[in-house]
Amino acid sequence: MITMNYKRITLLCGHYGSGKTNIAVNMALDLRKQYTDVAIADLDIVNPYFRTKDSAKELEEAGIKLIASEYAGSNVDIPALPQSMYSLTDDRHTKAIIDVGGDDRGALALGRLSDAIKAENDYEMLLVINKFRPLTPDAVSTAEVMREIEDACRIKFTGLINNSNLGEETTAENVLDSMRYAEEVSSLTGLFLKCTTVNKTIYDELSGKIKNLFRLNLQEKIK
Amino acid sequence: MADKVLMKGNEAIAEAAIIAGCRHYFGYPITPQTEVAAYMAKRMPKIGGCFLQAESEIAAINMVYGVASTGHRVMTSSSSPGISLKGEGLSYLAGADLPALVVNVQRGGPGLGGIQPSQSDYFQATKGAAHGDFHMLVLAPSSVQEMADLTVKGFELADKYRMTSMILADGTMGQMMEPVSLDYKIAPPPEKPWATTGTKLEREHNIVNSLFLVPEKLEEENFKRYEKYKYIEDNETMYEEYMMDDAEICLVAFGIAARVAKNAISEARKAGIKAGLIRPITLWPFPKAVIKAASQKVKAIISVELSMGQMIEDVCLASEGRVPVTLCNRAGGMIPSPKQVLQAIIDANNGGVK
Repeated sequence: MITMNYKRITLLCGHYGSGKTNIAVNMALDLRKQYTDVAIADLDIVNPYFRTKDSAKELEEAGIKLIASEYAGSNVDIPALPQSMYSLTDDRHTKAIIDVGGDDRGALALGRLSDAIKAENDYEMLLVINKFRPLTPDAVSTAEVMREIEDACRIKFTGLINNSNLGEETTAENVLDSMRYAEEVSSLTGLFLKCTTVNKTIYDELSGKIKNLFRLNLQEKIK
Repeated sequence: MADKVLMKGNEAIAEAAIIAGCRHYFGYPITPQTEVAAYMAKRMPKIGGCFLQAESEIAAINMVYGVASTGHRVMTSSSSPGISLKGEGLSYLAGADLPALVVNVQRGGPGLGGIQPSQSDYFQATKGAAHGDFHMLVLAPSSVQEMADLTVKGFELADKYRMTSMILADGTMGQMMEPVSLDYKIAPPPEKPWATTGTKLEREHNIVNSLFLVPEKLEEENFKRYEKYKYIEDNETMYEEYMMDDAEICLVAFGIAARVAKNAISEARKAGIKAGLIRPITLWPFPKAVIKAASQKVKAIISVELSMGQMIEDVCLASEGRVPVTLCNRAGGMIPSPKQVLQAIIDANNGGVK
């Protein structure tokens, strides 16, 4: 497992269903091993399901501050954000992972914080990519989603996370096959590939074969 | 697209519809089906199709009526409260014998209810979508792959019988992601000599209408329609039998409930109870014959549902009172756990009706 270097704020954006939330939770847990004050924020105003809040118990036990809408995971679909989201930019002592909503529509909410984030200038904005999603099968379509997100939130990406997967059916070969796609996205966009994320079930098989491999424990759905 | 892709159920419906030749989508957003519309909004402009967000569900279903009249493949999608709004249009489509695809990704009700998954629109879909004597073909997917497969099938059946096909999914099916293969061979749609495509001064006007001024004529139309329904019941019923060969306890479940039931059946068999599942894939026509046959050899039947017990009425009718039929259910957006279903199997096996 690589030792990740984190900026003060790590922003995770991408096409919806690309795997942002799972990566955000795992990164927050990883970050907590390095720092005492860690927060994770769920800025998703688009999808009322599959939320950071599903992992609330695990995050709390790890001593990670969770910033999420009180409506996330409830029986209503209210695109609201908590006022505590302003602590992400106000409290510069806390390292933060921000799980942004999918696509340009989801990234819109980030725009409220973008000026403060850029002014502080200690952030990484990572594009989570999955070549097995139907609307981002190649570098060109992925770059298009990237530009739409940048326009919506007014922050430029700084790196890529290759999270190419087919859900539970993902094989090590699928991930190896996806590396060429990740490199193509990288050369087209000029963004460096920060890491490739894989589920723990295939991590050992891929260890040593892919640079900067990051192991994921996938979220368990509550209930 | 022979390779597998990772899709949400809602996306699978949208892409499969496009593959099936649908170029007209009209809808209004509602959780948990919004991704159908979102996907169509992104894809339709790129392939020369029409995505239109209507001002309401009622407007959308009437736009469907309009395009269906011209013979083109057309669809709309919504979730429970939105489908109620479409009711009038569904009846008009039936009265005018128009083919269309309507998707209901159900959420908890009644009323505004909530956004969590449900199957409590079973009665509405299979018996009473709106006024008048009519049926829709009702297809119930149980995986993301089936969301796609049944969408293609739904368009084919709709054209074949000049009826509305409804995909009756639930919030789980809409939101879950699974790998799917979208490798279909699409047959060209049948000729539609009834469609309003312009006479070119070469034929009489085609008229699409559900108003009949003479009651005898209206009755005749109803009789003809029900002869067609009888033929469909005899020829288009679809279901899956799972571990039914030696089953003593028969579960009946569709959609997400069928997946939970399969897990419970594995556990029951480990405990020495021979349980099996009949999974209706068409809810109308309902697989009566296979349930009747099962009722002649099993000890008990359990209907597993995300509702207060709706399909159970059809299960009781099909099993003709031969064996006890019990309900294992959750409602209001909750899903029965495999443990709850296992307990229902154990109770039924002990002959006790809980």
